[in-house]
Amino acid sequence: MSNELEFLSRRVASGKLSRRDFLGRAAALGVTAPFANLLLSSAARAAGPVKGGTLKAGLVGGESTNSLDPALFMTQVPFAFGKMWGELIVELSPDGKLENRIAEEIGSSPDAKVWTLKIRDGIEFHNGKTVTAEDVAATLERHSDEKSKSGALGYMKGIESIKASGKEVVLTLKEANADLPYMLSDYHLIIQPNGGKDKADAGISAGPYKIATNEPGVRHGGERFANYWQGDKMGHADQIEIIVINDATARTAALQGGQVNMINRVEPKIVDLIKRVPGVTIRNHAGPGHYVFIMHCNTAPFDNADLRMALKLAIDREEMLKKVLRGYGSLGNDFPINASYPLFTEIEQRKYDPDKAKFHFKKSGHDGSVLLRTSDVAFPGAVDAAQLFQQSAAKAGIKLEIKREPGDGYWSEVWNKQPFCASYWGGRSTQDQMYSTAYLSTADWNDTRFKRPDFDKMVLAARAELDEAKRKAMYHDMAVMVRDDGGLILPMFNQFIDATGAKVEGWVDDPHQELMNGYALAKCWLQA
Amino acid sequence: MSSPILKLIAQRIALGIVLLLAVSVLIFAGTQILPGDVAQAILGQSATPESLANLREQLGLNDPAYIRYFHWLGGVLTGDLGTAMSSGQDIATSIKGRLWNTLFLAFWAAIVAVPLAIILGLIAVRYRNGWVDKLISGLALASTSFPEFFIGYVLVYFFAVKWQIFPGISTVYEGMPFLERMQAIALPATALTLVVLAHMMRMTRAAILNVMQSAYVETAELKGLSAFNVIRKHAFPNAIAPIINVVMLNLAYLIVGVVVVEVIFVYPGMGQYLVDHVTKRDVPVVQAVGLIFAAVYISLNIIADIAAIVANPRLRHPK
Repeated sequence: MSNELEFLSRRVASGKLSRRDFLGRAAALGVTAPFANLLLSSAARAAGPVKGGTLKAGLVGGESTNSLDPALFMTQVPFAFGKMWGELIVELSPDGKLENRIAEEIGSSPDAKVWTLKIRDGIEFHNGKTVTAEDVAATLERHSDEKSKSGALGYMKGIESIKASGKEVVLTLKEANADLPYMLSDYHLIIQPNGGKDKADAGISAGPYKIATNEPGVRHGGERFANYWQGDKMGHADQIEIIVINDATARTAALQGGQVNMINRVEPKIVDLIKRVPGVTIRNHAGPGHYVFIMHCNTAPFDNADLRMALKLAIDREEMLKKVLRGYGSLGNDFPINASYPLFTEIEQRKYDPDKAKFHFKKSGHDGSVLLRTSDVAFPGAVDAAQLFQQSAAKAGIKLEIKREPGDGYWSEVWNKQPFCASYWGGRSTQDQMYSTAYLSTADWNDTRFKRPDFDKMVLAARAELDEAKRKAMYHDMAVMVRDDGGLILPMFNQFIDATGAKVEGWVDDPHQELMNGYALAKCWLQA
Repeated sequence: MSSPILKLIAQRIALGIVLLLAVSVLIFAGTQILPGDVAQAILGQSATPESLANLREQLGLNDPAYIRYFHWLGGVLTGDLGTAMSSGQDIATSIKGRLWNTLFLAFWAAIVAVPLAIILGLIAVRYRNGWVDKLISGLALASTSFPEFFIGYVLVYFFAVKWQIFPGISTVYEGMPFLERMQAIALPATALTLVVLAHMMRMTRAAILNVMQSAYVETAELKGLSAFNVIRKHAFPNAIAPIINVVMLNLAYLIVGVVVVEVIFVYPGMGQYLVDHVTKRDVPVVQAVGLIFAAVYISLNIIADIAAIVANPRLRHPK
C-alpha cells in the first residue's frame, strides 16, 4: 500500500495528479486524511520549492503610522515585511541554532567581551552596492544611539565600541555577554547602506525581496531580488504581498475566500471551525509567549511573600488553559521560561491547591479583598481568565475583586503602573534577554518590581559564563527564585496560531515568532 | 434669476463659513482639554523634564492657546495641515489618498442608493398601501434596522466565503485597474446602500404622499392623467425639497459615517485613518480629519439648503 501511495504523492508533487484525486485514492486505500496530507506535504518538500507566483499574507498588526525605519519596528506587519526586504547579521534557525547570514563567522575572546564578525563576500544591497563591514558597523552604531529610538537600544547600550577594519567588525562590550550573537539576531538590526544614517526609512537592504509598494496600514509588496545571495533557500514566489487586515473576522474570510494564502493570529476559539474548511491548514506551535497576572513585589499588600504565594496557589492553570486557550498552549509554572529557550530545565509543576492557598493567605494577615485589573487588550480572553481566577480563588477563601479597564490607555495607565493586573509577554530569544528585560532591578519594564540584588548578580554572572552546563545550572536557580519569590503568576504559555490556504508548501514550525519567525512568505511556495 | 434668491444663497454660504469656524474652535478646544499635551504624547514613557521642555519650545506649545489656534487655522487655510506626530508624514499628503478613497466609495454607493431609493419611493407611492408598498417598505426598513457590521459580515459570508464572487477585503491602491477597483468595493458599497436606502425611500414616499393630498393633484387626476404622470409632473417637483434634504444628509453619512464599514472591509479610507490615529493620540491628525468631516457635513447641508431654495417656485418667481 505505502509504495503505491508514495508513488501517487510524488505524482501530485510533480503536478501529474490533482490533490483531490490523490486524497480520493488514499481514502480508497484506507488511509486517514491527516496521514495522507502529511505524506503529500513531505512529498512536496522532497520535490523541492516551486518558483513563481504571488504569495499573499493577511496580517494583523499594521497601522497607517508604520515607518520603514527598522529602528522603529514594533508590530507584526513591519516585523514580517522587514524580514522580506531586510537581511540580518545572524538569524536563529527553527531548531534554535545560530544561522550566519551577513556574518560568515562570529568569534569571541575567551572572556566573551570582544567579538569579531567576519563579513561574507559578495552580498549585494538592492541598490547594487556591496555589503561592507563599514555598513554593518554603521548599522550597529545607529541602533546604539539614543536618537535612533531603536527597539534594540536596550541591548545595544551594552556595546562600548564598534570598529570596522577590512572585512571584520570588532565589537567590544562593557560587560561580558555570551549571548551577543543572539542579540544580533534582533529583527530591528537590518543592515542598511551606511547603516541608514543617510536615510533611515529608505527601505534598502539585502533581503530576498525588493520593496515594490509600501502603503503603511494598507499593503506592502515585494518583488524578488534577482541578486539575492541565497536564492535557492528563500524568495521562491515572484512577488509577495502583505495586506493589513486587523479585523479577525475579515482575516479569516480573506483566507477562506482565497484572497490571501496565509494569516496570523487565529483566535483559539475559532480554530476548530477553521480546521474544517477545505484547503485550510492550521499551523499552531509552541513559542515563548505567555499570559500573566503581575503583582508589584514592593507595593502593599503584594509586598508580602505569603500573599503572593497564596495567589499563585489559588489559580487553576489546567482549567484556564482548557477554557481560555482551548488547549492551544501549555501550562505555566510562574517563571517566564519554557522549552522554546535554549538551556531550559524542567522544574516541578505548581498545581492548584486551595488548602495551601488558604494557609498562606491566613499567614499573610491580609484582610478583605484583592483588586485585580484586567482588560480585553491584556491578552485574548483576559477578562474570562480573570473571572476564572476569581472563582478558583474564592474556593480558597480569597476574595478577588475584578476591575475591567478600558483597552485604550491600558498599556500607559495600568500596566507597569498598577500593582496587580493582567498582561502578556511575547518572550525573547534567550533567557538572558528575558530576565534582563523584565526581572533586573534596573529594568524599565520590571513589571513585577522584582528587585533582588542577589538575582541581579546571577543574571550578570550567567551572561558572562561560556560553560554551557554551568550556565544551565545558574538559569535553573534563577528560575526557582522567580517562581517562588517573584510577583509573577504565569498560568499559561500561548501558542502561535497561523493558518495557510490551499497549495502553500514549505512550512516549517518556528518557535521564535509567528509566521515561521516572519519568514513564511519568503520560505514557502505555491504548489502548482 | 433675481436678487432675493442670490441674497439668500449668499447668506447660507456665509452662515456655513461662520459655522465651520465655530466648529474649528470647538475641535481645537476639545483637543486642548484632553489630558496631557502633545509633547507628552510624543515622548510617552521616555519623557524627561528637559526633553519635554525642549519639545514644547520646538512645537510652540508655550504660546497661549488663542495664538496657537490662529497659527493652526492659518496653516489649514493655506493647505498646511501640519505633520503627523506618530509617523512624521505630512498630513495633507497622506489624507489626500484616503479622502479620495472614501469619496470614491461614497460616490458609487450614492450612485446606486439615491436613484434606487427615489424610484422605490415612487413605486411605493404609486401602489400605496398595497402589497408592493408594504414589501418595499418592509425590506428597506429591515435592512436599515440591522447594524451595518452585521450586514457587512452577512455579505462577506455569502459573497466572499461561500460563493466567492466578490473579495471580502477591499484593499484598493493607486493605479489599480478600474474594473478591479469596482469589484473590490462591490461589497462595502452594497452594505452602505442597504444602510442608507430606507431613510431616503421612506422620506420620498412620505413627502410625495403629503403632496398627493393637495387639491391640484386631485385636479390632475380629474384631468385624466395616469397615476405615474401625476406623481412625476405634479407631486414630485413639489416634494423635491425635503427629498433633497434627506439625500444630502445620507450623502454626508456615506462620507463621515463609514468608519465601521471601512474597518470591516479593510478599506483604506478616512475612517480607518482616523481610528488608527485616535488610538495613537495623534492630535494634529485627529484635528485635521475632524475639520474635514465637519466641512463635508456643513457644505452638503448648504447644498441641500440652496437646492431647497432654488426648488421653491415662490422664491424662483417672486411677485
